[in-house]
Amino acid sequence: MATVAVSDQLTQTWAARSGIVGWLSVVNHKQVGRRYMVTAFIFFLLAGRDALRMRTQLAQPEMNFLSPSEYNELFTMHGTVMMFIFIVPILEGLAGYLTPLMIGSRDLIFPRLNSFGYWCFLFGGIFLYSSLVTDNVPDNGWFAYVPLSGPEFSPGKNMDYWLLGVTFVEISTIVAAIDLIASIVKSRAPGMSLNRIPLFVWSVLVMAFMILIGFLPLVAGSVLLELDRTFGAQFYDPEAGGNVLLWQHYFWIFGHPEVYVMLLPALGIISMIIPTFTRRPIFGYPVIVLALVAIGFLSFGLWVHHMYTTGLPPLALNFFATASMLITLANGVNIFAWIATIWGGRLIVKIPFLWILGFFFVFVIGGITGVMVGSVAFDAQVHDTQFIVAHLHYVIIGGVVFPLFAAFHYWFPKVTGRMLGESLGHVSFWLVFLGTNLTFFPQHLAGLQGMPRRVYTYSPDLGVGLWNLLSTIGAYVFALGVVVFIINVIWSQFRGERAGDNPWGGGSLEWATTSPPPQYNFRVIPTIRNREPLWAQPETGAGDREEEQTLMAVEHGQPAMTDLAATRRETYGTTLADAVPEQVIVLPSPSLWPLVLAVGVAVLLASLLTGVYPAMGIGALTGLVAVAGWHWPSKERIA
Amino acid sequence: MTTTGRGVVLGGALAITVVLLAGCQPEDSPSALDPRGPRAERIADLWWLMFWLGTAVFVVVMGFLAYATFRAWRRGVADGEPTDRHANPFLAGAMAVTVLVILVVLGFSLWTSRLLVEPDEPPALTVDVIGNQWWWEVRYPEVDAITANEIHIPVGEPVRVRLLSDDVIHSFWIPELSGKLDLLPGITNEFWIEADEPGTYLGECAEFCGIQHAHMAFLVVAEPRERFDLWLTGQVEPASFVADPLVERGQDIFLTAGCAACHTVRGTAADGEIGPDLTHLASRETIAAGMLENNLGNLMGWIADPQAIKPGNHMPNLPLAPEELEAVVAYLLSLE
Repeated sequence: MATVAVSDQLTQTWAARSGIVGWLSVVNHKQVGRRYMVTAFIFFLLAGRDALRMRTQLAQPEMNFLSPSEYNELFTMHGTVMMFIFIVPILEGLAGYLTPLMIGSRDLIFPRLNSFGYWCFLFGGIFLYSSLVTDNVPDNGWFAYVPLSGPEFSPGKNMDYWLLGVTFVEISTIVAAIDLIASIVKSRAPGMSLNRIPLFVWSVLVMAFMILIGFLPLVAGSVLLELDRTFGAQFYDPEAGGNVLLWQHYFWIFGHPEVYVMLLPALGIISMIIPTFTRRPIFGYPVIVLALVAIGFLSFGLWVHHMYTTGLPPLALNFFATASMLITLANGVNIFAWIATIWGGRLIVKIPFLWILGFFFVFVIGGITGVMVGSVAFDAQVHDTQFIVAHLHYVIIGGVVFPLFAAFHYWFPKVTGRMLGESLGHVSFWLVFLGTNLTFFPQHLAGLQGMPRRVYTYSPDLGVGLWNLLSTIGAYVFALGVVVFIINVIWSQFRGERAGDNPWGGGSLEWATTSPPPQYNFRVIPTIRNREPLWAQPETGAGDREEEQTLMAVEHGQPAMTDLAATRRETYGTTLADAVPEQVIVLPSPSLWPLVLAVGVAVLLASLLTGVYPAMGIGALTGLVAVAGWHWPSKERIA
Repeated sequence: MTTTGRGVVLGGALAITVVLLAGCQPEDSPSALDPRGPRAERIADLWWLMFWLGTAVFVVVMGFLAYATFRAWRRGVADGEPTDRHANPFLAGAMAVTVLVILVVLGFSLWTSRLLVEPDEPPALTVDVIGNQWWWEVRYPEVDAITANEIHIPVGEPVRVRLLSDDVIHSFWIPELSGKLDLLPGITNEFWIEADEPGTYLGECAEFCGIQHAHMAFLVVAEPRERFDLWLTGQVEPASFVADPLVERGQDIFLTAGCAACHTVRGTAADGEIGPDLTHLASRETIAAGMLENNLGNLMGWIADPQAIKPGNHMPNLPLAPEELEAVVAYLLSLE
């Protein structure tokens, strides 16, 4: 009886508001996370369509399917959208969804910030795509090298759309990172000490720190560029003493860590899925954590390997070459620890595991070509050719998209309560796997044979027509696989087999609650004594919690905490290393203010874009009001 | 089942790759793997080392993965106990081998970089290449010769190349002779190239430089020293004058219809500096930066409608009557 009453009370306390206002004011990490993922996936489809159009143009030499300017717009949007508004946001959405469930809390620590991040991401994406409507599509590549992107050579508004859209998404990415760090550091379930944090959460933590450090140079660089473009500053103008390589340094000291920002959570996903399907704990947990942290650090020392051909001194370049090869070792540790885990496990092959096997195949090829292009001398031949296109897609599709698909299949039951269909799962996996290799493998050969990248067409004399044709066919096969996946998702959403709490027999905490989880995640926040609490303490969620916590508190010389109240939005605040409860964190209620603030920022950026500067005042004012409203003490919070 | 499938796929892919890399290239493909100069040869050697090592690593890693998967699958079927019996030595061994492979690759790569810094003997000749949207200006500073989109070099001799840009960033790449180096506005980069045998080699812009980045090629013509010297002497001369009414009319139109605003023909009043120097246009193999063969038909088509052939390039369509066009082309073809 008491239990039912507590659940009812929690449901009531954590309920979202109803109606359209309720929909717009949602702050719960699960809804926001789902929105992130669905929105980012739509952007993935749009950018994928761009890729298909480019591949169609390149199917044969000297085709006229696209004009040169259309082609340049497409490759710019494809890169920008995939990097900034597909991969990073979808990973943040997944991290935002899963982190509180995995660490045993009731929400992220700053739910309103999370929601603000989502709106910024959405508006940033809309901002970028609105350039289509005004026919000012960015066309200087996702890397926007100066002086081509500067005021002299891109006098239109094209690159302003890019700069401001990207700025918007940067805001979103940075606030999400702050939220994730704070939540992981301060609100883990009692007993989830650092050495018991699930590996996905570890990878998210490292990723979030990398975002905080790595995105700032991009912000700085793009502010300087916008000053050059809009107000006639001359940071990048060589005739006025500016330096064109300055932008490249700014861009790549962000851009290379960005690759690992995308890769790390994917590695975390793999480290969660392999133990579940091999039915054993991961082998080498401490080494894997160290490798993740090492990757985080080393990735900041590699940026010049994107600039090997800019004429920097060979000695300097070779330091970066050495660092580039060192990071391979950190990745190697992960790969071999996973193989060792599988080796000793008891395997059941299900669709998520199939995607992991696909990951190994594709990512290892990308890693090997990565070592190759890490060599200064060899890169001089393949830099800016189709070989690099092949390499980067092997790494990003193999290293990020395959694990993402594994994650979709693995956590879909948790999110929706239903399983994704097996047969369609097989079909989509094989189509995407074959499509990936067919698309990108021939591009290695085209590049070695002299085909540069970012060209809208090529001469038949290059002799690369066959490779390009294969590549184009592969792209359509890949797309078909994605279509099958979408059909599977829609079908399974309504007709899929019921999942139950823990369909795969996973060991981490998200499987302890119902599928889909209630708004408050856990009726009782469990006390953690193991890395895989569901395997080691099958009773997780049962009622020995109080006694446990008292014991732990006494051990650490802390006063014992009482239970969380069911009448307020509360979660535990715990210590950094040992996760001893030390406070009750009261979480805010749903609110429209994050949306209003994002609208204010949008007005601000739009007025900068259009040159209607008085509107900036309106944007700033809206923002100020929103911030005040956001923090206005409410009765609910004091109660 | 999965294991066998994987093995077949793997073996097949490797076999196909090797055949493709080694055999199936068209004769004239400007492949980096078909090097014709010492720079490209050293890089190609490095590539083959990395290719074979990389292939070996891939096969071994996939082999371990397949074996591990098979064992775990069998244990899963039989419901055996999980184990870490071989995990530690495996991880240690695999990492040791990885470190070794990386050291070999790194060592060879550093050694190759070292070899590429300076040629065996110091270059006797310097060529300045200036990148423009979307063509290449080529200057021989020692003798004051200027041409475009075609670099002649003496065969078997290292040549110093100085790279600069007049507008945005470009990148200078001759796959058969050398790797690439960027042309940056405000910064001069320098390296050397050398061709082992006489021939014509394709060069391309490798850095995205705007709407016609795809059509910014050039030719490197390597020829014996005597022929090179002859060519260079010819390029230094001002334009020769051909006494022919059509050519004379063509020259008049060239000077008055707008061509001279952008193009220079040394020895005449045409001294525009925006487009390529045309003093010896007729001696070049291509027009429009490597896009078209240099002949009467292509020249007519190009001048009649450059925007249709290379959309967005900086040469405007000029309203020339058909007979004016004919005269201008006759004049251009007289510029030997």
